Amino acid sequence: MYDVVIIGCGVVGASAAYELARYKLRVAVLEAAADIAAGTTKANSAIIHAGYDPEPGTLMARLNVEGNRLTGEICEKLQVPFKRVGSLVVAFSPEQLPTLRTLYDRGCKNGVPGLRLLSGEEARAMEPGLSEEVCGALLAPSAGIIDPWGFAIAMAETAVRGGVEVRRDCPVTGIEAAGEGFVLHTPQGDVTARFVLNAAGVDADRVHEMLEPNDWETLPSRGEYYLLDKSEHDRVSRVIFQCPGPEGKGVLVAPTIHGNLICGPNAQGVEDRLDLGNTAAGMEEVRRKAARSVPGVEWRQNIRNFAGLRANTTRSDFIIEESKAYPGFIDLAGIKSPGLSSAPAIAKMAVEMLKADGLALEPDPDFVDKREHIVFKELSAEEKNELIRRDPRYGRVVCRCETITEGEIVAALHSPIPPRSINGVKRRCNAGMGRCQGGFCGPRVQEIIARELGLDQAEVLLEQAGSTILTGRTKTGGNEHV
Amino acid sequence: MYDLIVVGGGPAGLAAACKAWDEGVKNILVLERDKELGGILNQCIHNGFGLQRFKEELTGPEYAGRYIDMLKATGVQVKLDTMVLQVVPGEDGAPHQVHAINGADGYMVLETKTIVLAMGCRERTRGAISTPGERCAGVFTAGAAQRFLNMEGYMVGRRVVILGSGDIGLIMARRMTLEGAKVLACVELMPYSGGLTRNIVQCLEDYGIPLYLSHTITDIKGHERVEQVTVSKVGPDRRPIPGTEMVFDCDTVLLSVGLIPENELTRQAGIAMDKRTSGAVVFENMETGVPGIFACGNVVHVHDLVDYVSAESERAGAAAAAWVQGKHAAGETLELVNGDGVSYTVPQHLRLEALEKPAQVFFRVNRVTRDAQILATDADGKTIARFKREHMAPGEMEQVALPPQLLKQARGPLTLSIREV
Repeated sequence: MYDVVIIGCGVVGASAAYELARYKLRVAVLEAAADIAAGTTKANSAIIHAGYDPEPGTLMARLNVEGNRLTGEICEKLQVPFKRVGSLVVAFSPEQLPTLRTLYDRGCKNGVPGLRLLSGEEARAMEPGLSEEVCGALLAPSAGIIDPWGFAIAMAETAVRGGVEVRRDCPVTGIEAAGEGFVLHTPQGDVTARFVLNAAGVDADRVHEMLEPNDWETLPSRGEYYLLDKSEHDRVSRVIFQCPGPEGKGVLVAPTIHGNLICGPNAQGVEDRLDLGNTAAGMEEVRRKAARSVPGVEWRQNIRNFAGLRANTTRSDFIIEESKAYPGFIDLAGIKSPGLSSAPAIAKMAVEMLKADGLALEPDPDFVDKREHIVFKELSAEEKNELIRRDPRYGRVVCRCETITEGEIVAALHSPIPPRSINGVKRRCNAGMGRCQGGFCGPRVQEIIARELGLDQAEVLLEQAGSTILTGRTKTGGNEHV
Repeated sequence: MYDLIVVGGGPAGLAAACKAWDEGVKNILVLERDKELGGILNQCIHNGFGLQRFKEELTGPEYAGRYIDMLKATGVQVKLDTMVLQVVPGEDGAPHQVHAINGADGYMVLETKTIVLAMGCRERTRGAISTPGERCAGVFTAGAAQRFLNMEGYMVGRRVVILGSGDIGLIMARRMTLEGAKVLACVELMPYSGGLTRNIVQCLEDYGIPLYLSHTITDIKGHERVEQVTVSKVGPDRRPIPGTEMVFDCDTVLLSVGLIPENELTRQAGIAMDKRTSGAVVFENMETGVPGIFACGNVVHVHDLVDYVSAESERAGAAAAAWVQGKHAAGETLELVNGDGVSYTVPQHLRLEALEKPAQVFFRVNRVTRDAQILATDADGKTIARFKREHMAPGEMEQVALPPQLLKQARGPLTLSIREV
């Protein structure tokens, strides 16, 4: 029997695992997908919000500001790329200026540091790419840009090194209360736990319903994005938001931590929780709205479109609460924006709830709260040389666009939660993230995955089961590639 | 210190290195990122290469093999599996630096008198054209699929729709068909094909594969692998026309939607670029705006025949050799300007003093023409040369030779334009 089982290994589940790994506990994380951090955690704006958006007094308000601070600390310890570049919310008309004022007041009440209201000229002086239409802005210096999946993976890996078990391809198909805890049915067999944290993201409502009827449900809202070439990175140096309106927070334009420019999202309610497709109408909406803040964006420099699902629910706030009928079952649900920003604080809150429920938290003196992560291109020439001398595979650049070496790919494949797919490798070391989108390196990454994991090349998938890349051999077979 | 470092061991780099050696430069290094020389030719196992250069029909690997053999007969040094990370132009005549890594030598900073940039090009991707739909497996650039089939021996799918009618897409339509796949359609946004006429005939028509001009893919369905593609007709504004949708059940989409010169190193080195070619601005001898740094092949502009790449690269190699031998081209330049119907020219600048032979000017037209004239007109409106062409199309590169004696009469800039008769 596990002390705690976490359902879902997105950024919320990973944060909870990382928090619990500090204690002498038996903890498991069950992830339905083939890889961790592969749902909403990998498809969002990649922003750590400052915390002026949520209404004071809500969970979102408290956890966003605390989460922002914690994210900085964790990224430092675990070597996750994160930069507090700051953000601007821009107003396009005098009618929107009171909204900036409201956000400013909310931010002050929420404890957001360093907020300032700017005139249009002041904003353009800071961000020359802004539209002439901008007539005022709210500056929040503590907002940041992050590698969101890298953040979740780093926490999950650190948890695994600290003794937490992560099972992938392990969807929970049924939950029963039994004695002191719960029995979770999975294709990998039954798992028993004293406490359950439901961090199943968009599907958290369905997981909850396996135990008892639910009084809320997820209303997934799809957001579409553009990710532009590095040549567009310098269009802006901060995250540029628009005034929130009835349609939500609006479309942002921001540099990414990987050196690209991101624009999006729109908001479209969807029925099919697996349909992460882009639509012509959605992409056009993103272009039109983003161009209103930053007219100069060169859309021809786009390298990828993607879409993600917000875990909106029938309630407005995050749903972080324990089942009344089944104490010990705790929902960490409805974690929409600012969910990424709040995740570490949500985890701390969950641990407090477990403690209040009687879970004994005895610190584990062996827990190592740091992580080494080699990024070859960021090393000095001497360090590069030293690394290549130790392991010549660091001298072979596989992904040309992002300068990712074979050494880094091999290291990823032998990491605590080894990826098994092309996208899994991409999320751990950025191979294939660049402007050729894996056109050159895809086949070579596939070869390396096959070699390191002892698979045939045709067994290497893009992402989930069924995402087959190669359909068989050619008629005569090919020359073995040497 | 090297006399010449060639960045890239594909057809352009090989031809430049061989020619520079023949011209008397002996201290030459070729840096190639792959495990073998030959570049993209190694995966082009179809024939049709070399008709101009060798007067015979070769496959891609055979064509590369000719040049690799020629290179092996010289003392040109080669480092394979070596990635160039940075090119740093020397200031005021100081040597240029090339930063490169490989597993054996580690991180190297190499000094050289001259550089030939020959990095080739890459394929435009789905992102560049923002094709709507899901991001499932089964969407490949045609060149990536070609590598899987021809070098690794794997099939990439069974029922295929090809978007774009670039040459690699056309070649892959035939290749997939020969491997037993069903190619359902080749879909082209423009009202004309982007590839060579001979490839339309030999790769589509001969196999009964329909070519849908003025059409595009408007949706891709499939959560994990492609299951269905929607194709729509587009209007003159190239936007899809509602109500014209055709649905294809397929498992594969190949993209052949253009090639982009790979100029990360060039840009980083601060070398002046031409927006229209996405390559460096070059002079008649393929020298870039930085003295002693040359560029040739698909890194300058995308060619449709490797034979022309070789010819252009031999000019670059000869020019680099001349530079090493102290013959630095200088003097007044004549700018070439794109007139009506011309989308780019290479070179963009001519230095008349350096011209002994006619200047070879490559260019592309931006529309399909019949019985048209190519006019070279100077700043006074005087037409210094005119050339007739029965047929021209954007998919087929054109070239003219401008004799020095005519160029010397011209007052620049010189405009190249098309006039239908």
